Amino acid sequence: MASIIVVTSGKGGVGKTTTSAAVSMGLAQAGYRTVVIDFDIGLRNLDIIMNCERRVVYDFVNVIQGDANLNQALIKDKRCDQLFILPASQTRDKEALTKEGVKAVLDELTQTFDYIICDSPAGIEHGAQMALHYADEALVVTNPEVSSVRDSDRILGILQSKSHRAENGLPPVKERLLITRFDPSRVAKGEMLSIQDIEEILAVPLLGIIPESQAVLNASNNGTPVILDIKSDAGQAYQDTVARLLGEERPHRFLEAQKKGLFQRVFGG
Amino acid sequence: MALLDIFGRDKAPKSANVAKERLKIIVAHERNARNAPDYLPALQNEILNVIRKYVEIEQDQLLIDINDDGNCSILEVNVNLPK
Repeated sequence: MASIIVVTSGKGGVGKTTTSAAVSMGLAQAGYRTVVIDFDIGLRNLDIIMNCERRVVYDFVNVIQGDANLNQALIKDKRCDQLFILPASQTRDKEALTKEGVKAVLDELTQTFDYIICDSPAGIEHGAQMALHYADEALVVTNPEVSSVRDSDRILGILQSKSHRAENGLPPVKERLLITRFDPSRVAKGEMLSIQDIEEILAVPLLGIIPESQAVLNASNNGTPVILDIKSDAGQAYQDTVARLLGEERPHRFLEAQKKGLFQRVFGG
Repeated sequence: MALLDIFGRDKAPKSANVAKERLKIIVAHERNARNAPDYLPALQNEILNVIRKYVEIEQDQLLIDINDDGNCSILEVNVNLPK
């Protein structure tokens, strides 16, 4: 029986796919059989972030429509044999995802996997609603910025009213907040919302803080989930996040601004 | 620039505080609207038109919310009149 976790945010460009790639790799490395599904039909990108874009033959919609079976569509990761990717379709539109179709695929996956990570498209329309519909847990990815926080609150409202759990009076989806692109030096200057500010506004338990990091772009350039860059701050922050997801208690890191030298303080930069 | 920062510090309010205050207000408002009945926008529009028979006000000077207070709902109408 797998745990279904949706990675969602409302707003685009905040780090949903980066997070899906990192978290699924982290869970797989911890020994859990994990599948990560790209729900962004028409704009698939998880494949390129995971470096399997040239291995896609069949996709999620092919499986729903019966053109292929799951084993034909699942791509096994070359770095970790516990990790599988189910790519989105690049050609069809989002309406190809039906509740019944998604449920059938999840039901089949849940037989053999421990974790199913659903990488949601941006927005609150059909694709995003399908990604979160059957979730047991939600990772709400938020940047410390007004539009992202507002959209996160909106998606939390949808989780609480339109998910399968909400519609059927089951225990609610377990919501957790992941703050990405966090820059403590700007918080210190009063230029960025603090972690406490965001927690206070959204009132969702905090799972992790990923610092603004050059490692993220480098990782996507290479098609390597950033969690594999164990020397980087973002990689370590994702490792902490996965450990907490698995129930371990770890203190939050990367909350302090790096001290600037005298030269930098006088001349800026 | 950094030198100027040290001497001319703290004139304008910190933008993070502005962001927090704006977010608190809009998020509270939108959470209320989420549970609001469908007729609320129409009701707001009619109230606005009634007020405008007497005083010309901008649309954003009328705030209307329904708050659930346990066993009853409270309709809160807030109107800012021009001086």
